[in-house]
Amino acid sequence: MPLAYNFAYLDEQSKKMIRRAILKALAIPGFQVPFGGREMPLPYGWGTGGIQLTASVIGPDDRLKVIDQGSDDTVNAISIKAFFKKTAGIAITEETRAATIIQTRHRIPETPLQKGQIMVFQVPIPEPLQFIEPKKSQTVKMHGFEEYGSMHVKLYEDIAKFGRIATAFDYPVQVHQRYIMSPSPIPKYDNPKLHQSPAIHLFGAGREKRIYAVPPFTDVVSLDFEDYPFELEQWDGACAVCGSQNSFLDEIITDDKGTRVFICSDTEYCRNNAGKSNP
Amino acid sequence: MSRVQENDSLPLLEVRHLSKFFGKQLGCHDISFAVSPGEVIGVVGESGSGKSTLLNCIAGRIQSSNGAVLFNSSVGMLDLCRCDEALVRRIIRTQTGYVTQNASKGLKMHISAGGNIGEKLMANGMRNYRQIREQALAWLAKVEIDPGRIDDLPSTFSGGMQQRLQIAANLVNAPKIMLMDEPTSGLDVSVQARLIDVLRKLVSGLNLSMILVTHDLAVARLLCHRLYVMKQGKIVESGLSDQILDDPRQPYTQLLVSSVLKP
Repeated sequence: MPLAYNFAYLDEQSKKMIRRAILKALAIPGFQVPFGGREMPLPYGWGTGGIQLTASVIGPDDRLKVIDQGSDDTVNAISIKAFFKKTAGIAITEETRAATIIQTRHRIPETPLQKGQIMVFQVPIPEPLQFIEPKKSQTVKMHGFEEYGSMHVKLYEDIAKFGRIATAFDYPVQVHQRYIMSPSPIPKYDNPKLHQSPAIHLFGAGREKRIYAVPPFTDVVSLDFEDYPFELEQWDGACAVCGSQNSFLDEIITDDKGTRVFICSDTEYCRNNAGKSNP
Repeated sequence: MSRVQENDSLPLLEVRHLSKFFGKQLGCHDISFAVSPGEVIGVVGESGSGKSTLLNCIAGRIQSSNGAVLFNSSVGMLDLCRCDEALVRRIIRTQTGYVTQNASKGLKMHISAGGNIGEKLMANGMRNYRQIREQALAWLAKVEIDPGRIDDLPSTFSGGMQQRLQIAANLVNAPKIMLMDEPTSGLDVSVQARLIDVLRKLVSGLNLSMILVTHDLAVARLLCHRLYVMKQGKIVESGLSDQILDDPRQPYTQLLVSSVLKP
């Protein structure tokens, strides 16, 4: 059956415009490039930015993987996969290694990314300075003049309140020693995966109409204090399903008596890992 | 302090023929004056006389239409109206302070008192939590706020405390000059007295220059060395504070002085 839409839904002019924004974003790592975000057939906040990026970079030979909270089979992931299957007729995969484009909402897969792969992030709030300076006219200047000192106020507030840096996701990073970037809703556990990654990382904010990017092999450093360095989350136990001790674990409550288990958030990694340990 | 000797011959800040028009509306016109290191200048006048516009032009918060603001910064004499914006912003951030009438505009109300004081330190590159914390505690003590309230939000503070916190947040990076826009209005008399007391102590101790915009002549007399009287955007009279207030020459200044209520 012939496709009822233009390939990957967006018209070619829109894709061209978005690709130009992507190229600019890759040329200035971490810089938020404004783009003419299109109306997509799903509500803002459900990944309109990410879908537009994917639609613009995808080709007929690509293999797409979509994850939501690390999982391949949640509603958002399923819907976006169905969308591209219908509008682009491309191959869908759950294998991180096999995928050429991975669209994600909250996680970077545990399986290390490779050269040639593209990560597409759905970003709700692209502006990391928003917390400290609500005026957009000012944040633009702060980025332009590299006035980033007050970014640490957020971390200061954390330490003053909780005795440690309690920011657990959307933890601000400095890209290529220049722009401060919001890695958006990924947990800080995934921040180090951005550093010197061989893959391309594209970030799309549909409502805010901003695109930014981390090109391959770029320095991505998480902000911290000299006496309170950046730290990763740690768990006491291992994954209840696959036994992995070095993956991001979700806490799942199993009954109404407070029983809980910890399970890998990355379902594909967990499945592969479980297969390895119990053949 | 050594700062005075260094720049003895030059004023710290010089305003030359500064004008600001909002369309056809006059903000302030042809204002010229100079501030020496350690000197406190008062700008008085009724509401709408262009005092705040003048101060905002000096602070770079609004673009002046004409004229120059020369500042004797650490990198030499700079015209804040003309030189590179990045440099001006850095100079203003590191070497000047700005206290607003409404503390909620000068402070970040959703950030703790310590965070407000520490913001300028972090903006100037300090990355050590303990040092920031120590300085914040020291400054709270200096402006007579209980250091135990360091983690409280400014919105839980009284008006007078908020204003003192704002002053601490501005003084923490040792600016050369403080610009103050009606810092005491809206506070009751005893709170005003305390604020003025704190200010006087700090100003004399730090050899700080100050431009104080106020409509309160009592505050002006207590704090300022010299006064400029503004009316309809222009300076109508200037001189030593006591001279202006005891022996005003211009009819407008006479009116201003005589209209102060005496209990």
